[in-house]
Amino acid sequence: MTGDEILPPTGKGPATATSLGFESALLRLTAISKRFPGCLANDAVDLVIQPGEIHALLGENGAGKSTLVKIIYGVQQPDQGEIIWQGQPVRIGNPAQARQLGIGMVFQHFSLFESLTVAENIALGINDAALRRGLAGRIAEISEAYGLPLDPQRAVHDLSVGERQRIEIVRCLLQNPKLLIMDEPTSVLTPQEVERLFTTLRRLASEGCAILYISHKLEEIRSLCRHATIMRQGRVVAECDPRVETAEHLAELMIGSRVASARRTAVVAGEAAARLKVDHLSLRSDEKFGIDLKDVSFMVKSGEILGIAGVAGNGQGELMAALSGEVRLADAGAIRINGTAVGLAGPAGRRRLKAAFVPEERNGHGAVGPLPLDENAFLSGYATRNLAPGGLINVTRMRDFAGRIIGAFDVRCRGVQSEARSLSGGNLQKFIVGREILQEPDLLIVAQPTWGVDAGAAAAIHQALLDLAAKGAAVVIISQDLDEILAVCHQIAVINLGRLSVPRPVQSISIEEIGLLMGGIHDSADHNSADSAGTLPKPLAEDGERAAQA
Amino acid sequence: MRLKLESRGQHSVLWTFASPLLAMALTIITAGVIFALMGHDPGSALYTFLVAPLVSASGLSELCVKAAPLILIAVGLSLGFRANVWNIGAEGQFTLGAIFAGGLALHVGDGGGWWAFPAMILLGALGGMVWAGIPALLRVCFNASEILTSLMLTYVAQLLLIYLVTGPWKDPEGYGFPQTAMFGEAALVPILVPETRLHLGVLAALAVALLGWLILSKSLLGFQLRVVGLAPRAAAFAGFSQRRLIWLSLMLGGGLAGLAGMFEVSGPIGQLTPAISPGYGFTAIIVAFLGRLHPVGVVLAGLILALSYLGGEAAQIDLGLPNAVTGIFQGVLLFYLLASDVLILYRPRISFAGRKASERKLADGSAA
Repeated sequence: MTGDEILPPTGKGPATATSLGFESALLRLTAISKRFPGCLANDAVDLVIQPGEIHALLGENGAGKSTLVKIIYGVQQPDQGEIIWQGQPVRIGNPAQARQLGIGMVFQHFSLFESLTVAENIALGINDAALRRGLAGRIAEISEAYGLPLDPQRAVHDLSVGERQRIEIVRCLLQNPKLLIMDEPTSVLTPQEVERLFTTLRRLASEGCAILYISHKLEEIRSLCRHATIMRQGRVVAECDPRVETAEHLAELMIGSRVASARRTAVVAGEAAARLKVDHLSLRSDEKFGIDLKDVSFMVKSGEILGIAGVAGNGQGELMAALSGEVRLADAGAIRINGTAVGLAGPAGRRRLKAAFVPEERNGHGAVGPLPLDENAFLSGYATRNLAPGGLINVTRMRDFAGRIIGAFDVRCRGVQSEARSLSGGNLQKFIVGREILQEPDLLIVAQPTWGVDAGAAAAIHQALLDLAAKGAAVVIISQDLDEILAVCHQIAVINLGRLSVPRPVQSISIEEIGLLMGGIHDSADHNSADSAGTLPKPLAEDGERAAQA
Repeated sequence: MRLKLESRGQHSVLWTFASPLLAMALTIITAGVIFALMGHDPGSALYTFLVAPLVSASGLSELCVKAAPLILIAVGLSLGFRANVWNIGAEGQFTLGAIFAGGLALHVGDGGGWWAFPAMILLGALGGMVWAGIPALLRVCFNASEILTSLMLTYVAQLLLIYLVTGPWKDPEGYGFPQTAMFGEAALVPILVPETRLHLGVLAALAVALLGWLILSKSLLGFQLRVVGLAPRAAAFAGFSQRRLIWLSLMLGGGLAGLAGMFEVSGPIGQLTPAISPGYGFTAIIVAFLGRLHPVGVVLAGLILALSYLGGEAAQIDLGLPNAVTGIFQGVLLFYLLASDVLILYRPRISFAGRKASERKLADGSAA
């Protein structure tokens, strides 16, 4: 497919819809614009999707991808522009109309009821009673045909994230869609699950179902898609065939400038001081569907960066809360910071031992949205920077500290008085990471440091973490982004169902091994699962999970 | 024509301050309409209700006397409300403060030295704290909603007061009236200006407002209260103890309400009766919100709601209107205030678009 064939003229006349060469298009968007208070999310966007093609929609967070697909799926209405579906101008008023047309969508966040079974969840989305009859059989049929193994009778809370995604896909496929929209589908999958998903998607495409694939992961798009539309700041900036482009060039198109990627320094010498020692940490979760931490042990030394990989919802949140002190432990000695047992101490006590933390959620956890930046600098810095001597806030020192963060980490804002929520995700994350690093910690624990952050900010944050380690601090990165861990960390451990694998140097572990660990198949430590894993590679993730649970 | 509310995306500073003014303007208009419906000239009735009480010197001193307990209570409530601790039971804490202090006053009788009054101040605050401590304990230990427990305890407090003044503490020379003996000289609040009822409590209210402002805007404690209210998880991240802040909020609110009760019975009333409060503890909730949960705003709002008490009395005497006018005025004011506060986060849009099906669909979609 060449560029000439795809690039549509931007003329507004009705003639374009009927001009030769486009009448075969499945979906054609012309000059779609959508304005939200304060931002133009889509600015005269054109998009053409042919039947049976896997079409990538590529862009950074905030580029307007989500708004555009919400318009296609009828969740939102465009302010201007035209939607042509199979040659006919249409108005898609709501998702039900979109489904009637033959458009299905798998959202990044699933809408499933944990306590219901797979079949019940799917039945909930079907209004026609006649269609509900024999549903379980059809679910089994479709999941068989497309390599999406699912047991219709299992309750959702027992399923892995990958299996939950399959429910959403099967739910779409039951409607025989002509276009399937997938929003960042691989961010919650293990590498093996990703490969399996791609097989399914290629199969669907070969049967004539078009797929609009939204992602910012370049390698995935290069291996899966044959056409890419690249968006930046609400506009389409390029169309290309990703198979013939380099990842670097795609990144440049997406970001608009060249980004220097961070590189880790050499592995530290063996005799460095242990900054963090976690010893047989077990913790029951208070949450309904929370994950219990089971016998977690690891150590991080001065100058070392440990990455904790894992699929979302395997105990990362619980581990972070236990490490930061937001949840106290019964056993003081289970966590030692700089040699001191801190299991009973709260976050402030651990900070005094020169630990620092960056939680996953920016607004409402790491920062208070409605408060200005200077007070957000105060939030975690008041004790270590002595910003409130005698219990009274020293405004000069507080502003000075906030100003230093803004300067050192290039935080784009109107000043120390800007409300935290007025900052973009990347800028606020730089501020939060900067706030913790400028407290000169010996130990920094970061969850999802670059989640939803633009590439420029991500590179800056990675560099800051590397610099901190180079100065002798220990760093722990809990992340679902495997590429991030592989690029920045010296050691990697994988968390699965609350258990942590033994940390290993990143050079000595293959992607396949990491994938198996993410799926719950542990190495030699566990004999039973090693036996059941003996027939590898056929039984994948879920089987391993069950073995580990047993 | 359709009215639509559109999110502003952030707090409007203008409307944070304009909303109480708009609410008051609407309340005055509504009050005028009600007066007119009851057959009075709205202009002169409003004058009687809102202006006449202020034109005499004694009226101004009465205004301060009525505002003092409202301000004392509302400052404490504001700090707690900031931390999402919803102490609705200030009326009961007020009553317990009066009972604790009144008990000492009755004990010393006509005797008692210089220490009697300071001791009553401490006991008044302690009484309020004890009563607020029950909801605090229940919330921290059993996660019981302090909204319900503190409110219910208000009625327990009222019954306790009635029991005391009709039973063990009843004045033996009171001709059977449900009241205690008048307090002795040593147990009465010092008067600031002779010939008026302006007492030490007025000064205390201003001092507490100033202190409240300092705590809220300048201290680590005030910062903790604000953060725990705005983002509880961020407060946990920073290491602020939520239990401690719940205790502190209720102790502050209860202590100040108890103090207000103590000043009331040792000053304007001078004894314990079943009717020591015209609902100060509940009106203070309106004061706190009208004052934007800010101690300085609370002083202004306290004066305005104190006026509603004086105006109610004036309307009763001069116009023959029932005293319920005060309650109606306060209720309508809170109603309009809550409605006007919508403007802080939303801007109204009036569209004159036709109601064709397709367009309606478009509008609904974009609103979602």
